[in-house]
Amino acid sequence: MNAPVRTARLRLPRPLLLLGLLGLALLVAPAFVGSYALSVLILILYSAYTGQAWNIMMGFAGQLSLGHALYVGVGAYAAAALFVHYGIGPWAGMWAAMLAAMLAGGLIGYLAFRFGISGVYFALLTIAFAEFTRIGFDHITWIGGSAGYFLPVKQRTSSDLLDLRGAPAMFYYVMLALAALAMAVCKALLSSRTGYYWLAIREDPEAAQALGINTFRYKMIAVVISAAMTSLAGVFFAFYYNNLFPEQVFNIGRSIEIILGPIFGGLGTLFGPIAGAIVLTLLGESLRSATSALGWEVPGLELLIYGACLLLVVMFLPNGIWPPVSRWLGIKSRHLKGGE
Amino acid sequence: MPLDLVVNVAVGGVLTGLVYGLMALGLSVIYGVVRIVNFAHGEMMTVAMYGAVLLYTRLGLDPLLMIVPVGMALFLAGYAIQSLLINPFINRPEHVQFMLVIGIAIIIANGLLIGFGPDARNAPVSYAMDSFSLGPLLLDKVRVYAAGGAFVVAALLFGFFRYARTGKAIRACADNYVGARVVGLDVKRLYALTFGIGTACVGAAGSMLALLVDVTPSLGPSYTLLAFVIVIVGGLGSMAGALFGGVLIGLSEALAGLFFAPSAKSMFSFAILILLLLFRPQGLFGRRA
Amino acid sequence: MDKPAKRLLHLPISRRAFGIGAGAAVAAAVTPFNIVRAQTGPLKIGVLLPKSGYEAQIGQSCQRGVDLAPALLKELGYSVDLEIMNADTETNVDVARSRAEKLIADGANLLIGAFDSGQTSAIAQVTEQHGVPFVINIGSQPQITESGYKWVVRNFPTTVQLITRGLERIKTLLAETHTTPKTAVYLHVNDTFGTAVSGAINKLVPTMNFPFKIVEEIAYDPAAKDLSVEVSKAKATGAELVLVTTRINDAILLVREMVKQRWSPMGIVSPGSPGMYEEGFFSALGKYSDYCLMMVPWVNPKAPMTRQITALFKSKYPNDPVDPHIFNVSFTFEAFLVAADAYKRAGTTAPAELMAALRKTHIERHIMVGGPIEFDAKGQNNGIVTVGLQDRGGRAVVVLPKEAAEMEPVFPMPAWNDRT
Repeated sequence: MNAPVRTARLRLPRPLLLLGLLGLALLVAPAFVGSYALSVLILILYSAYTGQAWNIMMGFAGQLSLGHALYVGVGAYAAAALFVHYGIGPWAGMWAAMLAAMLAGGLIGYLAFRFGISGVYFALLTIAFAEFTRIGFDHITWIGGSAGYFLPVKQRTSSDLLDLRGAPAMFYYVMLALAALAMAVCKALLSSRTGYYWLAIREDPEAAQALGINTFRYKMIAVVISAAMTSLAGVFFAFYYNNLFPEQVFNIGRSIEIILGPIFGGLGTLFGPIAGAIVLTLLGESLRSATSALGWEVPGLELLIYGACLLLVVMFLPNGIWPPVSRWLGIKSRHLKGGE
Repeated sequence: MPLDLVVNVAVGGVLTGLVYGLMALGLSVIYGVVRIVNFAHGEMMTVAMYGAVLLYTRLGLDPLLMIVPVGMALFLAGYAIQSLLINPFINRPEHVQFMLVIGIAIIIANGLLIGFGPDARNAPVSYAMDSFSLGPLLLDKVRVYAAGGAFVVAALLFGFFRYARTGKAIRACADNYVGARVVGLDVKRLYALTFGIGTACVGAAGSMLALLVDVTPSLGPSYTLLAFVIVIVGGLGSMAGALFGGVLIGLSEALAGLFFAPSAKSMFSFAILILLLLFRPQGLFGRRA
Repeated sequence: MDKPAKRLLHLPISRRAFGIGAGAAVAAAVTPFNIVRAQTGPLKIGVLLPKSGYEAQIGQSCQRGVDLAPALLKELGYSVDLEIMNADTETNVDVARSRAEKLIADGANLLIGAFDSGQTSAIAQVTEQHGVPFVINIGSQPQITESGYKWVVRNFPTTVQLITRGLERIKTLLAETHTTPKTAVYLHVNDTFGTAVSGAINKLVPTMNFPFKIVEEIAYDPAAKDLSVEVSKAKATGAELVLVTTRINDAILLVREMVKQRWSPMGIVSPGSPGMYEEGFFSALGKYSDYCLMMVPWVNPKAPMTRQITALFKSKYPNDPVDPHIFNVSFTFEAFLVAADAYKRAGTTAPAELMAALRKTHIERHIMVGGPIEFDAKGQNNGIVTVGLQDRGGRAVVVLPKEAAEMEPVFPMPAWNDRT
């Protein structure tokens, strides 16, 4: 194993063309689709965004975080608190959100890496921090505690981009911009020196260290970037839903939702989290529509089928759905894992 | 704070902790040998609890007596799950294993919802409301029996792994996978056996917990988390550790609830977990991996 | 390990074109075709309830009210052509929002829901955005009618109203039974509802001249499986009266622990929370469930509509006891009553007219105890009365006020050992 493994020869025109067409379709979507479809698209973009952010830590730097909802929550509450208590809008609030998340991520990363914690233990550490924070926030009455934190809602006829109050279409474009930004950041990181260091650390930490790569530093960078990006999703969440409950924002179910997209789609690839987000969200929505259209009102049935789908994909498509889909679309995907 | 209050609460915490410890024991055994992080652990326990409740409400069989049958049933289920679903995934990366067990957990939890409905069920045995009175101590009868049962099962398990041939073979697999295969042990079968034993523990614990707690389909995740906290605290792969961890967590939560805010008592468990992960990740009784 | 790409279809077009076409087809599949809503025709009501997930018990209970609605409305003479669209919010705010969007896209003229405050709030934003009326069947978070929504009406008291009236009822109880407990301990669940109630209680109790003082307040985790520590603490205070705000599972745990710890206070009283009249409480505790008191809105035992809905419930669900469900079922049905009544007066399903009709609602004869159903400028019904309910012999019985009472209240309650 000598050179960094770049398995693909990118045939430039086709993937760029497809991406361009997708981008165009997404840009004009609000003019053509109804608001239900728009809300589904927003969910997909949100899912893709958080998945990408998580992927930086896992797919790129190889650290399994099962408590990513922590950063969403911290970001959401930071921006919401500034808005409700001091009237500071989200564009300023988001810096506070990112700072808070970076501190949290930095703390966890520092504790974990300094003490040599990795693998399952690291994952459990992240869960513990998320749960600890959840219960803690339940008791902070300044931001609502377990009774919930409500942002003031104004009429949604006009779009106030400054305060993020407005029609769903506005939120859609904000989320689209975020998702595009995430992709750009990831692409830039992948081809940068940091990206290659991450690849080395992920594949063989000891060898990387022996080569003189400061593994501690680069793992911290991954954690901090991932946390900061995730916190922006939290800011969006706060202003889109206008209410926050620690139980709903920090709970482990949310952390699991974040990671399903990327694992399902394909870790370590650029487009994997997006493909995973699209398929999983559409799967969930179509299962619900199908069961209600068929009149099968059995609560829990959709989730059961959803779980079965997860199982099937894990068993038969271990690298996620993106590699086969990308081959089918005629793109050779840039796959970080050597060989398979 | 009156002393007898503290003592009562502490003793209650220890007794409950023993039952938690038995539940965590199953997880510890599985992880210690098979090295699979079983996030469907709580769901399996929920299945056991429903089983015990059904046996009581339909056939009038006391859950304490049903420890063995429910345990056996879950042993078979665990053996099957391991052989059919999990064995192919032993060498896969952790996140893939994780998604596998998450899928299993979702299927079980929603299957239970569809089958049993969302209402809480329990096994209202005749002595469910009784307590022993020992001087200033008021000991909840059910809790005492459950703790006793947990102790017995743990002791049996300990004996099995120490003295029985298969038990020693399983420990060999855990200590040295390659060596075990070299000497001709059928590792795949032993893995399935271990998983089965782990889930049998869960089954026994579930049967006892059905007396203490009302079961709903969404009970799983909080018990999975609790089991992990206990196992990490006690030490992955150590049976005494799991029991001790259970007692420690039960006791600390009880005392934390007494002296501080009860609604925040879980925070203490997580704080202990974080501290242990940082300073002694092998837990109190485990060996460094 | 090179596997040939799986070809799902053998088409003479390039894969690229197919991919684009498939994408467009998917987009089209989720786009509704009829964006223009019919003005006449059936009244389409979308119902959003948590039928799976953590709140499934209550959601499924409310659902029975939905299922009974068409038959009962017909019996009452409302010849409205009703088309009900059910949706499960899965106790999840994302799902609640997208389900609401889907229902509206599918042509719902009106939405009913959703029990949980977070989900209700999310749905309210969607209905506000689209200008679709939203009738809240159960949901007490005050903010929902304080946020300035123009398309929401709520036929359920706010937390503040619940507690104020509940506390007043406790006063009535003490007066009628000539008792004066000096100390009380307050145990409550530390979730959205419990925290809001606790805030209200702390504000109101000092102002209301009770003979007792709350000596300690103990909040516990809603997911707690074991409340022995909390009950031990409460017992150690030696308080005479136990005030609680619970949900169902913790109510069972609390009472059970009190029995095990041999602590018989004067009474266990809830100033306004579910749990002690619900399914499971009676079956889990048997004779120990008796004499628990709850100050809650309730069905008027003397109202004809109550008899009608009870009869319908029994015939449709012969194996289910009525009492545990009657609260959820009746409030849910009343939401349908409100909708059908507004539709009758408006004569059209057009949203603006429907909403205007809803605001002018004045229904004298209904199920819950209280004045006629009316909504103030914020969409809140302020006329819902709180009664005193007591568990007696496995049933929840109205004991206060005297005019509506079926039995006399028993307070203080007999000790655990004296139960038969």
